[in-house]
Amino acid sequence: MRYEAPETLDAAVRLLSSETGLTKILAGGTDLLVQMRTDIIEPDVVVDIKRIGEVRHIGEENGGFRIGAAITGAELEEHPTLSKIWPGVVEGANLIGSTQVQGRATMGGNLCNGSPAADSVPGLITAGAIATIAGPRGTREVPVEDIMIGPRKLSIGKDEFVVSFFLPPRPAHAADAYERFIPRTEMDIAVVGCATSLVLDDSGKITDARVALGAVAARPLLVKQAADAIIGTTLDDAALAKLDAAAQAACAPINDKRGTIEYRTKVAGVLARRTARTAYDRARAN
Amino acid sequence: MKHHISFELNGDPVEVLCESEQTVLDVLRDELEMIGTKEGCSTGDCGACSVTVDDRLVCSCLMLGVEANGKKINTIEGMAEGEKLHPLQQKFLEHAALQCGICTPGVLVAAKSLLERNPDPTETEVRYWLAGILCRCTGYDKIVRAVMDAAAEMRGA
Repeated sequence: MRYEAPETLDAAVRLLSSETGLTKILAGGTDLLVQMRTDIIEPDVVVDIKRIGEVRHIGEENGGFRIGAAITGAELEEHPTLSKIWPGVVEGANLIGSTQVQGRATMGGNLCNGSPAADSVPGLITAGAIATIAGPRGTREVPVEDIMIGPRKLSIGKDEFVVSFFLPPRPAHAADAYERFIPRTEMDIAVVGCATSLVLDDSGKITDARVALGAVAARPLLVKQAADAIIGTTLDDAALAKLDAAAQAACAPINDKRGTIEYRTKVAGVLARRTARTAYDRARAN
Repeated sequence: MKHHISFELNGDPVEVLCESEQTVLDVLRDELEMIGTKEGCSTGDCGACSVTVDDRLVCSCLMLGVEANGKKINTIEGMAEGEKLHPLQQKFLEHAALQCGICTPGVLVAAKSLLERNPDPTETEVRYWLAGILCRCTGYDKIVRAVMDAAAEMRGA
């Protein structure tokens, strides 16, 4: 195995384009090194992208936020303003693994690992995050919900990689939230995950909403019907019931040791209600 | 593929040759014979291999050795000052906060990292911070008490 650590986007893309063997991108390594250790994959080349400036940058940009693909969970949490504006994005990323894992794990890696249960992805989707992807023809911009297309399958070519995420500017009275269900307190893979992002008007009426579900289909889902169920409401009981039903209707989960189809579907409705309530209360407060 | 890497280990400069596949844990234990850092699962689940890299707590099994180039790494071997134990180490002895001892270096390194960030943690904060380290003897309660006691002493000192 070769280890390469290019220092520019162009150098990384040239390297990825010229390699013929199995090439893996290394960001935080908390999935890749486990897969290497357990012989799930045996890369010919590992390309460490952490020396590329854009990949390790976090900051405000055009009223929104630019987050490098290899910014760690701990760095997201420590950022002075990100958690105030995008609490759901940060809490999703911070649910991944232990303190030790948070020191290394990244949202770029969480997305590109391609797990339908990835905790940071629903929050990025409801934030309307746009990923910048570098490739042989320069960079392109792709909504995060269009990147994962199935378990371990991405719409990104093997000569491309995610450079950063852009979170758009936030109006007043806006907030998001992420929750997942696991059968213990900490450090487990989501049975169901749900993120909700809301924008309210001055009277508390929801003017815009996005709802995303994880671990209930082959990839994280943006559920437009769930958002439509609460837009124009003040999140009253009738709206919550419609939200619950719409979230359940979007589910197409598998049966496995973590949960049955029926259980996951039911929990998706519950988490949609809870995250909507949390996001609503947060949005009212700011 | 061999890499010549240099980094700071417990305050001292070191240089070492490592293979691309070797982790920081492999480099510490197999190349530098610093065997205080333990190998438990090698998949980031147990935390026995905890070290700090540029003051950030990580599992040394989840980082390639070559990535350590130019970094500052601290391990359990750097915790005592000569014969003088760190207050955490002293409190672990007083509280008998260890049984088989395999998880202990990782717990101590992690607890030191916590107290550097938060000198006055609540018990809940201690438990969450240390949740990434498994003690298969299940002696968690004494560990938490020892950390709380050490924190109190260090605040008074």
